[in-house]
Amino acid sequence: MDAVLEEQTIDASAAQLADDFGLLIDWEDRYSHVIDLGKKLPKGDGTLCCDDNKVEGCVSQVWIKSHVIDGDSEDEPRLRFEGESDASIVRGLIAIVLHLYSGRRVGEILSFDANDLFTRLSLEQHLSPQRSNGLHSMLRRIRADALAAKNKT
Amino acid sequence: MEASTQEFSPVRASVPDASSRDIALARDDFPIFASARPHGHRLVYLDSAASAQKPQAVLDSLANTYENAYANVHRGMHHLSNLATAAYEDSRKTLCGFLNARHIDEIIFTGGSTDSLNLVASSFAEPMLQEGDEIALTVFEHHSNIVPWHFLRERKGVQLRWIECNKDGSFDINSLEKALTPRVKLLAVTHMSNATGVILPIKDIIKRAHERGIITVVDGSQAAVHMPVDVRDIDCDFYAVTGHKLYAPSGIGALYAKREHLQAMRPYRGGGEMIREVARDNITYADSPHRFEAGTPPIAQAIAFGSALEYIQSWNWRQIQAHEAALRQHAIEQLGKINGVNLVGVTDAGGSIVSFTVDNGHAHDIATIIDQYGVAVRAGHHCAQPLMEHFGVSATARASFAIYNTHEDVETLASALKRAIKLLD
Repeated sequence: MDAVLEEQTIDASAAQLADDFGLLIDWEDRYSHVIDLGKKLPKGDGTLCCDDNKVEGCVSQVWIKSHVIDGDSEDEPRLRFEGESDASIVRGLIAIVLHLYSGRRVGEILSFDANDLFTRLSLEQHLSPQRSNGLHSMLRRIRADALAAKNKT
Repeated sequence: MEASTQEFSPVRASVPDASSRDIALARDDFPIFASARPHGHRLVYLDSAASAQKPQAVLDSLANTYENAYANVHRGMHHLSNLATAAYEDSRKTLCGFLNARHIDEIIFTGGSTDSLNLVASSFAEPMLQEGDEIALTVFEHHSNIVPWHFLRERKGVQLRWIECNKDGSFDINSLEKALTPRVKLLAVTHMSNATGVILPIKDIIKRAHERGIITVVDGSQAAVHMPVDVRDIDCDFYAVTGHKLYAPSGIGALYAKREHLQAMRPYRGGGEMIREVARDNITYADSPHRFEAGTPPIAQAIAFGSALEYIQSWNWRQIQAHEAALRQHAIEQLGKINGVNLVGVTDAGGSIVSFTVDNGHAHDIATIIDQYGVAVRAGHHCAQPLMEHFGVSATARASFAIYNTHEDVETLASALKRAIKLLD
């Protein structure tokens, strides 16, 4: 997946997601697609689901872990993410988030507006900080990890 | 208001002849059902255990207070203040009757059950308990009847002693007997589980505690909505209720405290002294309940609380209980027929709540999907983690029933659930 992403900008990935979702007219098809994406999300290696990686503020359980790659190159570092949840829809949201962000350089991660994309996917209702599904917390965690990696360089 | 030495005889509001109205039409009394169209669907509201919708009578009461009779209470000597004060105190009388308390000064208005339970912990229990004393509580408790006691564990060095339930989720009287050691000074117990709907044999529990000289604090948040509560008969020392589940506005609740304990209770929030100063303007109040109602209370909400109780009493309990029991039974049958649905903690002593899990979906998935069909349920641990732990689940979906629910609601829940399971497969 990383190899593909290197050739595709985050905006291009977002546009592709929006195109895919654009074909799905009703919510059942959209949710079904989200759930399918979640099913394809690789299972973590067992060390993922620990307290350190747990994203607080979710009704279901959500874990996100980031790995810094290219940390010592001259370019900005890139971050690879792993994620897991015990809920199917949230798992699908994680798959979307990882498809967008994983393998990106920190600058790209920090400048991308996920709100706009989730609105285009008609999934914006999941974004509100009041919703307890954790998407908002998930995105905050990813940004925080990107910022931390940026500040280290 | 002088504390009356006479026992209070409940004066019921003039109730319409309930038998002439079909309770299946109660839905029409709640304007939200005519206006809300969640995702374009008819609203199926099955989250009343979290908070109930409000009847027109309560909305009218709120508007009436603000339009015609609003001022601060117990303060002014003017016309509006007197009107507001009278209505506020009338509401207290209504609640006194609703709970069948002996004395009006035994009814303290609070912000809700959480506030009521914190009041007992802080004003009554904290000064009374010593290090090494124990507080017994059941695994059925909502966090609001756990955390205030944890505070005392932290601050006073008291121990918490847990009363377990039977494997099927029913109340275990043997565990109660075992838990009530000589060191236990206080028992905190819910009258009805908010997570599974199990109704506890409260009178028997209180009797066994009192035989050992143990003070009893009952969380009536759920029970008071679904059955007649008679605190004289139950004989508990404290009973907490919350308005917003009783079809009243949020921000208002009450604590019943047996009169013999009122004098021993120290002021809860700063302001008690100030209330005495106000008394210099020729208004003198008895210590309770005003000692515990520092600051400006939620006036319109408290008045509307009375209206909500009158609304409930416009039906009769037999009607309400038969209606809600039929809805619950219908839900158990319908959900029980669906492959992959597991009912959680359903016992004979259950009321108005059906909790469940689904094999191929998290409760969160279920709630999110059936919401798209206009069905509102709660998903999560229901602030009752000890009970979730007992069942070995991290979350359940919970359908809770109230006066305005219908059998059509149950059918919609079942069909939405079937579609959700298909979608998740």
